[in-house]
Amino acid sequence: MIATLLAQVSSTFEPPTLDFHALAPEITFAACVALLYLVDMIKLEDGRRLMPGLSGLALLAPLIPIMTLALDGADRTLFGGAFVVDNVALLLKAMFFLSGYVVVLLSTNHLAEGDFWESEYYLMLTSSLLGMVVMSSARDLVTIFVALELLSIPAYLMATWEKRSLRSNEAGLKYYLMGVFASALMLYGMSLLFGISGSTLLTDIGARIAEGNSSTPIVSLAIVLVIVGFAFKVSAVPFHSWAPDTYEGAPTPVTAFLAVASKAAGFVALLQLAFVGFAGRTDVVEPLMWVLAAASMTVGNLIALRQTNIVRMLAYSGIAQAGFILAPFAVMSDSATESLTAVVTYLVIYAAMNLGAFVIVIAVARKTQSGEISSFGGLFGYAPGLTVAMTVFLASLAGIPPLGGWFAKFVVFKALATAGTPWGYSLAVVMAVNSVVAFYYYALVLKAMWFDEAPYGDTSPVRVPVSLISATGLTAGATILFGVFPGLLGHFTGSLEGIIAVLPGG
Amino acid sequence: MFIAQTLPTVTSSWYLSLAALLFAIGAVGLLVRRNPLVMFMCVELMLNAVNLTFVAFARSMGDLGGQALVFFVMVVAAAEVVVGLAIMVALLRRRPDATTADDVAALRG
Repeated sequence: MIATLLAQVSSTFEPPTLDFHALAPEITFAACVALLYLVDMIKLEDGRRLMPGLSGLALLAPLIPIMTLALDGADRTLFGGAFVVDNVALLLKAMFFLSGYVVVLLSTNHLAEGDFWESEYYLMLTSSLLGMVVMSSARDLVTIFVALELLSIPAYLMATWEKRSLRSNEAGLKYYLMGVFASALMLYGMSLLFGISGSTLLTDIGARIAEGNSSTPIVSLAIVLVIVGFAFKVSAVPFHSWAPDTYEGAPTPVTAFLAVASKAAGFVALLQLAFVGFAGRTDVVEPLMWVLAAASMTVGNLIALRQTNIVRMLAYSGIAQAGFILAPFAVMSDSATESLTAVVTYLVIYAAMNLGAFVIVIAVARKTQSGEISSFGGLFGYAPGLTVAMTVFLASLAGIPPLGGWFAKFVVFKALATAGTPWGYSLAVVMAVNSVVAFYYYALVLKAMWFDEAPYGDTSPVRVPVSLISATGLTAGATILFGVFPGLLGHFTGSLEGIIAVLPGG
Repeated sequence: MFIAQTLPTVTSSWYLSLAALLFAIGAVGLLVRRNPLVMFMCVELMLNAVNLTFVAFARSMGDLGGQALVFFVMVVAAAEVVVGLAIMVALLRRRPDATTADDVAALRG
């Protein structure tokens, strides 16, 4: 009976041809994550000490298939266009894995010394990163949705990881409620998009929307809902209210993870949706993005000026930086290639410099047990290495040449200027003013470190563990390297024909 | 016979309108109510409105893709419930008296 059934099935069933090389980074990483779960279950107590090292290896292993794919250089399309592996996707995947690795380095000592569950933390972290990596290649509503939830749900738990602290609980609850609300909005938008186009593939949706003959208000509503859903994820004003509380209450390594990797994943999804799915309706996308970008920069910077806690200051500065990353979207029809390059470049450089700033905050807080900016007073006197590194990161965030942040701002300005429209020029002016404002609050921290006295005259040295030293080295190296040799990123972002090809007139 | 003639045919636009209404109720409820549990139930209402929309579109277009998507939404909603309730239990253990989201304000928003 079963044998005949099987024979019937196997005669009619044609296995899909899968390009396993293109899927290799995900497969390798998923296998490693599964192994981590096994190790955790088999070696319950002893496993704790192995977890950081093993998860670090799990994050570095997929870089090998990414390298071979990058050397191969061909764009690969899988599952009928739902999963695309091109140079940009590979660059973003490498960025996610490396930022995940830095977060593991950040977390190791913090978790071992605090009141935390250790091994499960690394399982959550790696699961969340798997979602981000899939997001870099997703070109389909279902894939985007599943990747988004795979990266968000562990992140809600990570924000609550300090289980016995009310602040951490509150951080998790706010992040969770805002997060599920945002996914519900986004999903309703997706259901309308599906109804309009009859397909979940972004290319089909893009083609159908570009025709422009079917129910315009519904299309506009769907686009707005989806973009607003992701605006929560990237904490753009006015959907940013969760970010400062969550960032302050969550354990600091988790904050670094949320501020960098989780935010970058939101931008990656926006990138694909805007450039592939919504390219035919830039009349809706561009004004919305213009408002989001201008509001995020201005509000983020103005509130950051008043902060005395460095983590909250970095949270608001992150909101302002999100505005800079959103800016190129506002001119996506007039300078498509430049905007796309600008967003990807800014994301990669932002990951390096912002993670770096968090490394130093964690290293200094190990001694001072405080997140106040005043606790950085006199840092140069007793920890010159940390001071120099922090100066590099803050100067880069402020956009001072020759550091990475300067180049990132430069490409955004270039994209806005190339568009040559009043919208582009006006946003460039808003951005220039905001860059100057931002310099002030970064400089406050610099002043405290270099010129102020140490609080209570406590100048005992900071003991920095090896993991934090290597994290500092990695992020500082990347920040300086991208500034001095900007061509490095251009090698990857230069060839964007795969995405640009579907743009009208692109 | 008489009744059958006067009853209008239920087309997919009925389902879509109902879904839009449910979604609006959920969204307004989330913004108005302050109890975390009720807020969460409102999100569930919104997700079910999404499911209804997907099924209605899939049915009217004869496309199974939308119905498959509903399963993804249901599974994800279940995972979200588990995580959300865990966070709320952890919070209520610390603060048994916290029944509204405004009671939880150790952090200045």
